[in-house]
Amino acid sequence: MDFSSGLPAGGKMDSASKEQLMSQVKQQIALANAQELLQKMSEKCYKKCISKPGTTLDNSEQKCIAMCMDRYMDTWNLVSRVYGQRLQRESSRMS
Amino acid sequence: MDPNFSKRATMSFDSLPNKDEVDPEVASFIQMESQKAELQAQVHKLADVCWEQCVDRPRDKLDSRTETCVSNCVERFIDTSLTIATRFQKILQGAAGSM
Repeated sequence: MDFSSGLPAGGKMDSASKEQLMSQVKQQIALANAQELLQKMSEKCYKKCISKPGTTLDNSEQKCIAMCMDRYMDTWNLVSRVYGQRLQRESSRMS
Repeated sequence: MDPNFSKRATMSFDSLPNKDEVDPEVASFIQMESQKAELQAQVHKLADVCWEQCVDRPRDKLDSRTETCVSNCVERFIDTSLTIATRFQKILQGAAGSM
């Protein structure tokens, strides 16, 4: 990725290249986040669904994987919600 | 604590032309985004831990017992981190006091 185009000497950026930089950063973070989730789901659902690896993924294994993925995302979203609420409670307790 | 830690953590910004003149709007944007990314990393970690502990066989939905387990898992994990941080601090203070 090339950030140098918007960075003339002195570090002043015009607003177009600033916007471009910011959206690139957001995109990179979203991508890394999705990759992390994919990696976790592959690991977790392999563990849950494939007890004896055969020559192919059979039907029941594929169904298990689909179900496991959906439940992992449910769990992720629930964790995110509970964690966010806890952070809010902690920060209001501090102030 | 690794003395080079903070140096390493900011190393990626060293290549910018002049640190003092980095656009303040961009600087605060980067700070906000890294904070958000840190929170998300924590959610990944917690989802991993709580999934292992609460979800046995994935069913067609998360039942309420599993939801309660996950929610308690998150809360107690944070309680545990806070308790350990507090106690660790006391141990450090005790060690410093006896020197």
